[in-house]
Amino acid sequence: MSPKLRTALLAMIPLVFMTGLASASVPLYRMFCQATGLNGTTQRANAAPGAVDHTIRIDFDTNVAPHMGWKFVPESPSDTVDVGARDMAFFTATNTTDHTITGSATFNVTPYQVGKYFTKIQCFCFTQQTLKPGETARMPVIFFVDPKILADPDANDVQTITLSYTFYPVDSTKTKG
Amino acid sequence: MTDTALHPSAFEAHGDHGHGHAHHDADHKPAFFARWFMSTNHKDIGTLYLLFAICAGIIGGGISGLMRAELSQPGIQYLNYWAAWLPGGEQGLDHSLHLWNVLITAHGLIMVFFMVMPAMIGGFGNWFVPIMIGAPDMAFPRMNNISFWLLIPSFTLLLASPFFGGAGTGWTVYAPLSTYGEPGPSVDMAILSLHLAGASSILGAINFITTIFNMRAPGMTLHKMPLFVWSVLVTAFLLLLSLPVLAAAITMLLTDRNFGTTFFDPAGGGDPILYQHLFWFFGHPEVYIMILPGFGIVSHVISTFSKKPIFGYLGMAYAMVAIGVVGFVVWAHHMFTTGLSVNTKMYFTAATMVIAVPTGIKIFSWIATMWGGSLTFKTPMLWAIGFIFMFTVGGVTGVVLANGGIDDYMQDSYYVVAHFHYVLSLGAVFSLFAGFYYWFPKMSGRMYNEALGQVHFYIFFIGVNMLFFPMHFLGLQNMQRRVPDYTDALQYWNHFATIGYMVMAFSMIFFFVNIIWSLFAGKPAGDSPWGEGATTLEWTLSSPPPYHQFETLPVIDGGDGHH
Repeated sequence: MSPKLRTALLAMIPLVFMTGLASASVPLYRMFCQATGLNGTTQRANAAPGAVDHTIRIDFDTNVAPHMGWKFVPESPSDTVDVGARDMAFFTATNTTDHTITGSATFNVTPYQVGKYFTKIQCFCFTQQTLKPGETARMPVIFFVDPKILADPDANDVQTITLSYTFYPVDSTKTKG
Repeated sequence: MTDTALHPSAFEAHGDHGHGHAHHDADHKPAFFARWFMSTNHKDIGTLYLLFAICAGIIGGGISGLMRAELSQPGIQYLNYWAAWLPGGEQGLDHSLHLWNVLITAHGLIMVFFMVMPAMIGGFGNWFVPIMIGAPDMAFPRMNNISFWLLIPSFTLLLASPFFGGAGTGWTVYAPLSTYGEPGPSVDMAILSLHLAGASSILGAINFITTIFNMRAPGMTLHKMPLFVWSVLVTAFLLLLSLPVLAAAITMLLTDRNFGTTFFDPAGGGDPILYQHLFWFFGHPEVYIMILPGFGIVSHVISTFSKKPIFGYLGMAYAMVAIGVVGFVVWAHHMFTTGLSVNTKMYFTAATMVIAVPTGIKIFSWIATMWGGSLTFKTPMLWAIGFIFMFTVGGVTGVVLANGGIDDYMQDSYYVVAHFHYVLSLGAVFSLFAGFYYWFPKMSGRMYNEALGQVHFYIFFIGVNMLFFPMHFLGLQNMQRRVPDYTDALQYWNHFATIGYMVMAFSMIFFFVNIIWSLFAGKPAGDSPWGEGATTLEWTLSSPPPYHQFETLPVIDGGDGHH
């Protein structure tokens, strides 16, 4: 191999590496968000650790994609919970259109730094929801706020966490990216 | 800069010293079509790149003239009429605003990808990197040819897109505007145009890296390479590492637009913020890609017209390496308002400010080179000193904007527009003009007209400062970029800026008259018109250099190099 060709091929290594890294960026980014709570990505667990002596307010925020035709509201706009205790909140969604629509909800919490402490045990947002014309569904989310939040200097002054959901129609031609 | 004293034998390699036969071989040129359309000669390809960049610069600069005309008064003046001229266009506010978006997008993309990059890397890089390292040509001459000719379809696609609805996404092509906000083929055309321009640059980068690592003349060690070669080497690595990320990101945009994927669509689990991360992972190194070769050019010019070697050669070379490395870990300072956490903002603020250190080393070394030098204020030197002034102003506003807290208020205001035009429109463009006047005698064999060159500089300098300095005030008064209208209170400085544009445009008449006059009637330049201060290898050749130079490789003295 000529020296020129060798240099050119060596130069291809960073090229291929960066192409691969950027092409894999979507799953890598998701893993990074889940690991670090970036952008208010919430955590999952099977059980709550138990209450400690500190309360925190949870506000519920609900949104629906434009033109989707669903009405989506929390049953109560906010809830005060003990940190570490398991809590359940209900949301109702109504299909106001004349056809069946399947939707799935994206979610996050603000402020962003509490993402790694806000933990869901069960959520309607983990699965798709299908509503027939005029149908109303009552949907629960079971969650707790990890007591470790009280030891984090960036997050222990947070008194209110906003849990936000946005429902999008699941387009049959589109699949999860 | 490296002192490149040659052994006498090196001079015999080219023809002007009485070796008639060698002269004939070295200077045999193919016929017109084969020479310019199938060119594998680095100097001819460099010339093509420069011509291409000048044409693109006229178009991109003309578009900014349209924008300044519209902005000279509050309200919508002309966009209505222009919008009606385009196919499928009609009068109406929506069409006017869309046309505005099309204009800013075209201006940004043309200036970045089709003016500055082709001129800096393709033009001066092709012309002078092989000569400065004592090589006969680039490592892969045919690949060099492909690099240039890929730009033609790329530019054609971009220029044609306004006739298919127009791509009004901004040069950043942010999702979701680019994924489902702008249907129609024109955004696809703009994206494909970026693909082709990216492929062209990647091939060029591999070519430069191979040339610089493998084809240096005997004795030309890495630490003796002229700073312009260093700057192109660092730039080539930046291109190699950043462009694949842009290519992947815009490919995902294309599939989101056309094939139903949801990489950047939250409805399918994607995240539009990810696109911004990918774009700016490319976009921030890209701004250094545009300015680093300019750093190299300015180093040569300052050293030549101070009749001194550059101050702190190694510091200058490794400052560019440092800027290149740190440039990869600061991208999110373009995204301070996307909801980064406080800690992330703190990191990106601090890392961004760190870049001011190597940049400061460069500014300091240029001034230290002039200090105590035997200065002559020829046109290239004026542009180089103008560059230092402009780039420092732009650098200072850059440090202001680097603060995450301040940026929350400055985001997308004209202050940002003023900042990046001071570093690019004034920094990069001043260095391009410095290089053009500096090397014009070498490339053409004729001297430019000094008086016209100086008049061009002074009027241009006044014009661009009138044009861009008031944008700081406008930004501080919260004038938003990407919007063609503004409140009446801002009229004075907007009108002033438009006059500045006209002053700048007027100065370009002197530039073009100068080129044409000099090409036909300029006095012969001789081998080294700048005298003893010009020490790099291109000044040892005839002007213009023989078609094939260095058939016998020059040998660079192994002395201490006089850095």
